[in-house]
This record gives sequence, C-alpha cells and structure tokens, in this order.
Amino acid sequence: MMLSRDGDWAKMFTRRAMVLGGAQGALISALVGRMYYLQVIESERYKVLADGNRISVQILPPPRGRILDRFGQPLATNKQQFRVLINPEQTNNRVLDTLNSLSSLIELADYERERVRKEVGRHRSFVPITVKENLSWEEMARIQVNAPDLPGVIIDEALTRNYPLKEDAAHLLGYVSSVDKADLNGDPLLQLPGFRIGKAGIEKIQDTILRGNGGSRQVEVNAYGREVRELERREGEPGEDLLLTIDERIQTFAGDTIASHLPVEEQSVSLNVMDIYTGEMLAMVSTPGFDPHIFSRAPTPQEWKELSTDPRSALTNKSIAGRYSPGSTFKMCVALAGLENNVIQPDQPVHCGGHTTLGSNTWYCWKKGGHGSIDMANAITNSCDCYFYEVARRLGVDRIAAMAKKLSLGELTGIGLPGEQRGLMPTEAWKKAARGEAWMQGENLNVGIGQGQVNVTPLQLVTYVARIANGGLMVKPTLVRAHATTAVAAAAIARDNADAAAAAMTTIPSLGIPQAHMAVIQRGMFGAVNGGGTAARAALQIKDPEKKDWKMAGKTGSAQTHRVKRSIRALGEVKQETLPWGLRDNALFVGFGPYHAPRYAISCVIEHGKAGAFAAQIVKDVMEETLRLDPSRKPRVEDQVAAITPAPTPAKNPS
Amino acid sequence: MSDIGFSSRLRRGDMIAPEKVFQVSWSLIFWLVCIFAFGFATLYSAANGKLMPWAEPQLARFIIGLGLLLGVAVIDIRFLMRYAYVIWVLVLVLLIGVELRGVIGGGARRWIDLGFINLQPSELMKPAIVLALARYFHGRGLEEISSPFSLLVPLGLILVPAALIVVQPDLGTALVIIMTAAAVLFMAGVRLWKFIAVGAAGLAAVPIAWTFLHDYQKDRIRTFLDPERDPLGTGYHILQSKIALGSGGVFGKGFMQGTQSRLSFLPERQTDFIFTMFAEEHGMVGGLVLLGLYVLVLIYGYAIAFRCRHQFGRLVAMGITTTFFLYFFINIAMVTGLIPVVGVPLPLISYGGTALLTLMLCMGVLMNVWVHRDVQMASRGSFGYF
Repeated sequence: MMLSRDGDWAKMFTRRAMVLGGAQGALISALVGRMYYLQVIESERYKVLADGNRISVQILPPPRGRILDRFGQPLATNKQQFRVLINPEQTNNRVLDTLNSLSSLIELADYERERVRKEVGRHRSFVPITVKENLSWEEMARIQVNAPDLPGVIIDEALTRNYPLKEDAAHLLGYVSSVDKADLNGDPLLQLPGFRIGKAGIEKIQDTILRGNGGSRQVEVNAYGREVRELERREGEPGEDLLLTIDERIQTFAGDTIASHLPVEEQSVSLNVMDIYTGEMLAMVSTPGFDPHIFSRAPTPQEWKELSTDPRSALTNKSIAGRYSPGSTFKMCVALAGLENNVIQPDQPVHCGGHTTLGSNTWYCWKKGGHGSIDMANAITNSCDCYFYEVARRLGVDRIAAMAKKLSLGELTGIGLPGEQRGLMPTEAWKKAARGEAWMQGENLNVGIGQGQVNVTPLQLVTYVARIANGGLMVKPTLVRAHATTAVAAAAIARDNADAAAAAMTTIPSLGIPQAHMAVIQRGMFGAVNGGGTAARAALQIKDPEKKDWKMAGKTGSAQTHRVKRSIRALGEVKQETLPWGLRDNALFVGFGPYHAPRYAISCVIEHGKAGAFAAQIVKDVMEETLRLDPSRKPRVEDQVAAITPAPTPAKNPS
Repeated sequence: MSDIGFSSRLRRGDMIAPEKVFQVSWSLIFWLVCIFAFGFATLYSAANGKLMPWAEPQLARFIIGLGLLLGVAVIDIRFLMRYAYVIWVLVLVLLIGVELRGVIGGGARRWIDLGFINLQPSELMKPAIVLALARYFHGRGLEEISSPFSLLVPLGLILVPAALIVVQPDLGTALVIIMTAAAVLFMAGVRLWKFIAVGAAGLAAVPIAWTFLHDYQKDRIRTFLDPERDPLGTGYHILQSKIALGSGGVFGKGFMQGTQSRLSFLPERQTDFIFTMFAEEHGMVGGLVLLGLYVLVLIYGYAIAFRCRHQFGRLVAMGITTTFFLYFFINIAMVTGLIPVVGVPLPLISYGGTALLTLMLCMGVLMNVWVHRDVQMASRGSFGYF
C-alpha cells in the first residue's frame, strides 16, 4: 500500500517535472528567439540608433573668403572676435564669485550678470554660458593674465566680417547677415546658428565662392550631452578670396571728395570710374553709404528707421539702381545718331536764337539770346539746346534710341550686382505699348536734350562715355578680376596691362561708329572742359611735371527733377539756390581722360546738385587722383599678390 | 561489501561534516563560479575598467556566499524540515517589521537596516516558502491532498507573505513567490482544476483586497502598474536597452567597448540591466553562453530532484530550481522588452548584496538536498526510521 502510493506519486512527479521542464524550456526558447530578433534581424537598425545616440555631428564653419581690391588691399576681411564664457561646472559651484572677479577686469552691466545667472540655472552645469562678446584684445589679455584666479572662465574666438572702408564701399560690397528661411537650400552650413551669408552687393552675388565648404566634427557624447572624445574631424575649405577691379585708393578718395564738396544733408551722389578698355570699375561710389557692420548683427530698430527713411535713399546703390534723366550728357548720343543717319554734318551750322518753336509750343535754349550759328563740336562744348532740338527733330526718337542702345543707355550693363535697373530709352513703339498714345513730334525735342522719358543709371553713363572715349568699342563694366585662388587669377594678375588698349581693339567688338564721328564728339567734349565751355570747372590742374599737360574731356548735364511751370519760366531763370534741396535739378557730369591717350571714364550724378558744373568740380578732383595713380597702367605682377597676407586659420568651434 | 555499511549510514543521514563536504557537488559549484566570473568581469567593465565600486565588493560577497552555501549544504535536512514552519514565521515577522519600520528606497519599503547589512526579507521568503510547502506536502499522498480543504494551509502559507510583499510594493517579488509556490504545489500533485479555481478566485479577490489597502500603498501599486506616469523613465529605459542589445549584434562590441552602457544611455547597467550591457559587449554569442550556463544549473536542479529519494527533498529541489529559473527568465525577458519592467536582478551577475546572498542561500538549500539525497525521512520530519 505504502509502496504503491509512493510509486503513484513518483510517476506523477516525473510526469509533472517533464511538463514543468518543458514549459521552462519553451520560455527559454522564447528568450533565445527574442535575442535573435534583436541582435541579428534588427541589429542594423539598432546600430544606427546607437550611433545616433552617441555621435553628435558638428559643422565647422569655414572662414569666409576675403574681398580685395585690384592690388590686394582688403575691402572685406574677417576679424577675430573674442568672447568670454563661463563653465559653471568648473567654477566649483561658485559662479557668482567668478562673475565678481571677472567684473573687476571687464565691464559687466547688472543686466548682463543677471542674464548669466539665469542661463546658468537653465542649462546643465557643463554647458558654457556666454558672458560677453566683442571683447577688445586688451580685455581678452587682461582675462588671460588672471586666468589662474578665474576657474571655469573660457576665452573663445570667432570670426566676424570687417569692412575697413565702412560706408565708402557699402553699396558695392554689400554685407553679410544671418540666414533667412528662404535661403536654406540644403547646405548644412546655413543651419549653423550664427552663420552669416552675403545679403547684398558683391557679398551676395559671389556668396557661394566666398562661403567655402563647411568642415565637420564627430564627437562622442554621453547620455547627458557631454563630449567624451572627438571621433573624426574634417576641415572644411575656406572660401576663396575675391580680387575686385576696384582701386581702394580711388574709391576712398572719391568718397572723401564728395564729402568735402557737399554739406552732409546734400550728399546724395553716385560716382563711377571705369577703365575704358577693360571695363574694369576702379571706383563705384554711392552716397550716402551705411555702416555694413550693423547688418552682421541685426540693425537696431532705430538704425533701421534712420536708414530706410533717409530722403537720400541710403539703402539704394545709386550707381546701378538710381534712374536719372541724363540731361545734356545725352547730347553726344544725339549727335552721333545725327551723324550716323546723315541728318547733319559736323561742320553744318544750325542757328540758335535762344528758342525753337514747333507748332504752338516754344522750346528754350539754356542761354538767353541763343548761340547764334553753331556747329556740332561747339554745340557740345557750349551745350546748345537749340542745336539738339533741331537734330532730334530731324532724327525722330527711334533713331536716337538705336544709337543710345549701342552706347548702353537704357540697357542693362550686366555687371551682375543685385538690383540693377534698366532705365528707359523710349521709342514710338514703347509709347504705343505703354501708354496707348502716338508719339508726339515735340517729344523728340525733349529727348534731344536728354529730358522727357529718357532715364539712365550712372553706370550706364560711365559705360557710355567709355565707349565714346575708346572710339566705339563695346566695353562692358566688370567688377571681379578673379578668385585669387584660381589659375585664372594668376594669369590675370600676371597680365601686363600696358597694351590693354591694343588688346581691347582686337578682342572687344566694335560698335561700328566711324572714328571721324567719334573725333568730333571728343573734340566737343574737350572744348566743354578746356575751351571755354560749360564744364570749365573740370579743367585739370595736375602738378606732376610729367603729366601737367594731361587734360580731361567731358560734358555737364542738369536735369529737372520737377516740371517747371511755364509761368515761372516766363519770369526768367529759376534760381536753383532758392529752391529747397528736394526740388533742385540733378547735376551730372561725364568725362574721360587723359585726352591725348584716353584711359579712364568717369560719371557723376549729384541728386539735386543744382547744375552740372558742381558735378564737374568733384569729377575733376577724382580724375586728377586717378591719373596720378594711373592704376590701369600699373603692371600687376604676381609678387604683389604674394604680398597679400594669408587667409586666417579656420575658426575654432566654441567648446 | 564494505561500502554497504557506509551506504546505509548515508541513507540514515548519520554523515559527519567531512563526509558531507565530500558529497557536495563541486561541479555545480564550478559552474556557479563560472557564472559569477562573467558577472565580475561585467561589473569591472561597467565601472570603466575599475574594481571599485562594484566588482570588488561583489567578489567579497560571493566568497561569503560560497561559505553560506556550504554551511547550509551540510545542515541536516531533517533539521530543515522540522523547522521549516519556524523559518517561515521568522521571515514573516521580518516582513511585518519592514512594513512597520523599514527603510524606504526607490519609492518602496523593502529593507530593514540591521546595521551591517540591509536585509530584504522578501528575498528570504523565497527559500522559506519552498521549505514550508515541501514540509507540508512531504508524506502526503495524492488522495490526501485531493480534498480542497487540504489546500487551505498551503494557500495561507503563500498568500499572507505575498500580500505583505505586494503592499511594499514589490509586485515582482510577490509574483515570483506565488509562481514558485505554485510550482511546488504542482509538483506535489495538486489537481490542475484547483489551480484554475484558485487563480480565478484570486483575481476576484483583488478588488476586495484593494479596499483594505492604505492610500499610500494603493499609490505605490498604481505607480507600479502604470509606469507611463514617468514617460522618460521606463519606456526610455527599455528602448535604450533594446538599442544596446541590438547594436551589439552577433559578436558584440567587445569587452569594455559597449557605447550604450559606457556613455550612460543604459540605466542601471550594474544591476537590473546588466544582461543588456553583457550582451552589448559580447553579442548574441555571449548572451547565449550565459543563458547556457543558467540552463546547465537548471539541469542540475532537475537532476538533484530526480536523484533525491524523499518527497521533501524533491519538492525543495524543484521549488529552488523554479525560483532560479524565474530570476533569470524574468530579468532577461524584461531587458529584452518581452515583459514589463519589474525589478528582478540577474542571478550571480547583478550587483547587490541581498540578491546574491539569497541566491547562494537557495543554492545551499539545493545542495543540501543533493548531499542528503539518500537520507530516509519519516513522514513528519522525525529522525526515526521507517
């Protein structure tokens, strides 16, 4: 009995032990299956996740390429900026003590200390907090010297954009500013906090070249975000330096000249200097300028308000975006059209009695009583209006427009700066299309003296006068000589420019204007400056004995900015000085020099500058300086570029 | 034959201590040392290649544990049986003591600070309940336990301590104890329908039991049942654990090369999630080797149960083996995301004194059964003969 009972129990025990063992075996198999699933099937996915956990990729911003003038002088560079940070963890939990010691070395406002105190509370203790930016070198040095007494204080350097010429080249160079949403194009650099890209001028159009390529740094971080070690570092490529055609000395001189000739509130000027054979712009000034640095850090509302409401339109690059009636500076174009279409001969006189009548209307010459009988060269020299009324009447607007187009007036120059305006050279068809009205004969007369619908940019004017000066070569303005790091640059720099004129004649297409026509125009412009004409104030006075005989040829222009009522005109000449600034005529001047061997063309527009003679004064100074420096004839040997200081090392990433 | 006399003396249990030591299964101890060696190396790695703060203290505890194991193994098994209920009562008193004066840690009241050690009575209850139940069923035939009333005492033995542990709250340990006890009941021959009936009754009783709980106890259980109250807690831990395991792949990242654990993405890498760290560094291969060692210990447990000639020893061996199984199964299932997170350590590997010592105690009881496998036991644990 006992034995059989034990036997039953033993059987039961064995059976149930098998069941229990089987169940446990099944559960263990589930574990094995789970391990296989996680560590074999899903392994790749989890490997990616694990790396995502531990690897943090940081973008290293490349230093932005510099912008240099034609001789390598810096126009836009990167300036080292120091800032001081505090690492709360390393201050032995005495952030405030450290701040106190720090404020005995550098100035710290109460609100700055308060901000640091708040930020320390917000972040993990190993995250460095910025205490102050834009430290001077001296402040930085003072902190460095006292570093042993300042646990947890870190000095960090970053690069900021620096424009040595400040407002003198602001419109031309543009500025850099923080990235907008619309700028994002997948370049990871653009998503870097604090990264700046070109937003105007050269900085904008050459941005990709200047920007370079970002490097990257892979660091291993732990679960709390602390860096454990650097896994990989790939340096980026610094942006390429850009060599402009600008001569920094002429650019600055032009700015200074404008400032010395005009009261501040009337400084609204565009002045452009061009090499007539290469099209290289040696100066491109638009005043008033602005401080480009304020855009690197966003401008304050006050600064923005001042700039955007300035009646002199401080934010517009007048050289490419200002549209002005050319006034009398247009007369060379009309004369050339007349010659080309054979409606007048250079020596064929036209009588000027002080006014011209057409139908019931009367058009006046600027000179009361008129010039009498006058030929083409003298009409240009003396800016006789009646002569050009007559030529324009014979030509009609379309033939004038055809010549204007050849000479770049009312056409985009293709210089490539953002915001270039086309201006307007009207034709009969244009009026029909734009206004639905037929062209009136009287309008031809207005166009003949550069008034009416005609409007052009100062850059077009300088191109126009360059094409006259070079005898009709279709030169185009350019700003960029080369990227200093390309092979093209080396070639361009090594090129001997002494025979640029000869080279231009073989490589630049001609406009097909007979040299005899050009000679008449040039003679007329010479007379305007040197032969008792309207631009006598532009007569050069060079002291250098070798160059003292060098002359400039040119043409003034004055253009109404407001229609003058017939009743007022009937009372006699309006005294410009008595008008408020905004109602005065625009003053224009175009010229080239030296006359015996032309090389430089200049255009100048002074908004509300009263009369062209005032522009002539400024151009005279700038032309004298340009001829003194004679940059186009200076050989640009490689040595000079080699002397350019090397680009700074890449910015250290904030730790 | 001369060994007949010896053998019969062994059967009677009259072995002197050196003879018992000779009977100890040193091969089982060898495998336990192997498993611990893995644990030691992993703790060394978890401390970034340092013996402190984990590997060295754990080694000291393991050596003490080995002594404990051998000490328990040579106690006369009839003594264990006779005092099984007393041991149970003592541990129960400790559990009540925890509820009254325990130390709160991790939101639960689990420890008694005895000055030299933080005692966790719920751990001690695991071998205690196995002994008590084995004592109860020893000598009871299948007919004897067929009456439902015969199960009242075992249910009391199980549910009273389980309830005390639930309110600590330590639902994980309570469930391990209930499952261990269930395994003993199952092996003792309790009919299957009774398990189902008791299970159903137990579920029905939960709402009633709930009303008896204090608010703070209810709160603790709610937190336990709904870890989502802390979204960055449990869910994050399990995700990081899975990432660590998965990224370890087949062969692992190498000793001391586990990025997830070294860089602190893995929580509790030296305690509950140590298997994850081990398998991150040594891959599935390492994980399977460790699992294989555990299975080997399980097989020893089954073998001891089968080789044992008395009911008490068989039930104790099965109960201890089941406890051991539940330890490593729940832990690995938890870190691989198969079951919810419960705080069960990985036997012999996880850092922690109580768990290691309890486990060595359990292994000592198992070894005790092995040493006394042939001892003849009276039906109620007397020293007499049949």
